[in-house]
Amino acid sequence: MLETALKGSKKYWLLLLILFGIHGAGATAFLYQLNKGLTVTGMSRDVSWGIYIAQFTFLVGVAASAVMVVLPYYLHNVKEFGKITILGEFLAVAAVNMCLLFILVDLGKPMRALNVILHPTPNSILFWDMVVLNGYLFLNIVIGWVVLSAERKQVPPPTWIKPVIYLSIPWAVSIHTVTAFLYAGLPGRHFWLTAIMAARFLGSAFAAGPALLIILCLIVRKVSKFDPGREAIQKVANIVLYAMIISIFFVLLELFTAFYSQVPGHMHGFVYDFVGLHGHGNLVPWTWAFAIMAVVATLMLLCPPLRKNETTLAIACLLVFFSLWIEKGITLVITGFIPNPLETITEYVPTLPELAITAGVWATGFLILTVLYKIAVSIKEEVGA
Amino acid sequence: MYNKGTIITGLVIFVVLFTSPFVLGLVTSGPPPEPELTAKAKQAKQCVEVKEFMVESHMQLLDDWRNEAVREGKRTYVATDGKPYTVSLQNTCMECHSNKSKFCDQCHNYAGVDPYCWQCHIAPKEKS
Amino acid sequence: MERSRRSFLKLVGISTLGLGTLSAVDLLDKVDLRAQGFGPDPKALQGERWALVVDVEKLDEETTRKAIEACHLVHNVPHYEDYEEEIKWIWTDTYEHAFPGQEYDYLAEEVEERPFLLLCNHCSNPPCCRVCPTQATWQREDGVVMMDQHRCIGCRYCMAACPFGARSFNWKDPRTTYFKDKEPPNPRYPTRTKGVVEKCNLCAERLAEGSMPACVEAVKDTKAIVFGDLEDPHSEVRELLHEHFAIRRKPELGTSPNVYYIV
Repeated sequence: MLETALKGSKKYWLLLLILFGIHGAGATAFLYQLNKGLTVTGMSRDVSWGIYIAQFTFLVGVAASAVMVVLPYYLHNVKEFGKITILGEFLAVAAVNMCLLFILVDLGKPMRALNVILHPTPNSILFWDMVVLNGYLFLNIVIGWVVLSAERKQVPPPTWIKPVIYLSIPWAVSIHTVTAFLYAGLPGRHFWLTAIMAARFLGSAFAAGPALLIILCLIVRKVSKFDPGREAIQKVANIVLYAMIISIFFVLLELFTAFYSQVPGHMHGFVYDFVGLHGHGNLVPWTWAFAIMAVVATLMLLCPPLRKNETTLAIACLLVFFSLWIEKGITLVITGFIPNPLETITEYVPTLPELAITAGVWATGFLILTVLYKIAVSIKEEVGA
Repeated sequence: MYNKGTIITGLVIFVVLFTSPFVLGLVTSGPPPEPELTAKAKQAKQCVEVKEFMVESHMQLLDDWRNEAVREGKRTYVATDGKPYTVSLQNTCMECHSNKSKFCDQCHNYAGVDPYCWQCHIAPKEKS
Repeated sequence: MERSRRSFLKLVGISTLGLGTLSAVDLLDKVDLRAQGFGPDPKALQGERWALVVDVEKLDEETTRKAIEACHLVHNVPHYEDYEEEIKWIWTDTYEHAFPGQEYDYLAEEVEERPFLLLCNHCSNPPCCRVCPTQATWQREDGVVMMDQHRCIGCRYCMAACPFGARSFNWKDPRTTYFKDKEPPNPRYPTRTKGVVEKCNLCAERLAEGSMPACVEAVKDTKAIVFGDLEDPHSEVRELLHEHFAIRRKPELGTSPNVYYIV
């Protein structure tokens, strides 16, 4: 099937070329970082995780795109999703690849990364995150590939793949839960020390992943002869809406606990995010952008004519995606370090090399995504789906 | 066989490229350098273990040493002949082999290995 | 043709994988060292739970400076001007920052302005060790929270987990920066490399030869910092805690710090 990725229009090759260029710029910046050390980033002894780990956290959520179409299709027989499960799975593959790359570029000693396997440590959540992320990557590659191959030959997929697909559903839940546990189990980081962290991760994941999937479906329909189907897109839109409402609800729960209890440690992070703390407020505009975009997107999705119109639906999905990108991909991780354990404030601003590496990883992910989607779409066109 | 010409040319290019480092190595490198012993090392007659073992397995010995010292807190090594040594690359090995460039680096460079010991451990000062 | 080429490629792939694994296993096979074995130095200090008791009133500016300097000299700790990259094994901060949440508006000026000596608490229940994915940091049987810089991958999870800010990361290589033009002060102790985490090791290398931690040794005559085994009822630290009221940093988090402050 790989050969279908080698035949494409000029536009396809141009897109690959651009993504490859950004990847190259990122790789160059990474070599620079490898040579100088992480001093080239904006991270510090106080804010010791920055945009890399934040992007990783967000992208674990994007990987939920797969389960939100696989679960209804295989467990509830929602036929409309039959055509797009492959798009959800391949998006998950690209997202998990980005996750792994973001962890790798964040390591001080990336050449020692395999120590995690050489000295397995079950009491470390990071060890389990490595296990579940790689497992999820593997599951989605296998499932996507096998089902697509069968579709190409116009035969039903082999029966052994069914249990693998069923396994991928709870496995998807595990990647969000374990990633949330990275944060939710640390004493002294009040902003993260919350029992609903895993639930929040699931909520925002089930909104962000499917929102991106809708946008990608609309793009695929525009640039190819494959139509993912209006009904399927509408059904995913419903999922995005519910997940978004739940996500906002969860954030409000956090705000209530912090501000009604008035425990300083619980309030500090939110104060820093929304109005700034002791004159420090780098994340204030971002936080408000998140809040406003999230509310506007939810209202748009709640309004049937706007949801049914695919142009306004696309705008609402972009708002969902970017609002949750700010929430998980910027504020949640960085605010956990502010104020620091000694209650002083060091702010964080990513540097140019750091942003170049970040863009490079995103481009690598979209490079993988483009190639995988090209394969999927070519085969869908071939069989006339 | 289809595309006989292309496949065989491809294979030849692959084999040449793949073996080129080995061929290049054979042509450009001379005989292996002999580690130089300091007067102190010569006088001691034997390292912590016999010479053959040290030549062949010093890296495993050092790996065990570091794990035992750092991780197990066992900083005394009792050698095969019963003699005790303090487990320390920086303070025991390098006390005798204070000529890192002639004792360590020469061979490591020849073999193309770059142990990261010296990124942290401080080598003794050598008279240049 | 199609079929056989495919199965041939599969076969080649699987055999390469198999061969690769075999040789990897081969490499991992340990050599027989033939030696009689490893053991601790008979002079080594033995304890079940090492602890430090800091008598805040005895620590004037000069004594504090001496303790910090002793530690930094013996462990080749670089001093970076930029706070964001600072390496801290032992340092000072005010009461307000050392004991956040315990401050109040009318705190005695004397306490408010006094520098508190801070270092790794060598907690009995250390969260840093719990989170480390490679066991590069772990707790020894005598309570010392150790750090193996050979194994650290630099993920900095331990820094997120430590509630005391006791861990520092080598954002850059100390050899090419701070120690570029000057010698590391202690040629018998290593420096660090870029990309690994470091912190106070309670002078594990000194305990192994029967010496007290460097900071304790440096201010020995003032008895401002006392070192000993909490499990030993006759130890000096136990006696001090018996006679004086002492506090620990953030005890509510359940990490059970082993550095006590007599105030």
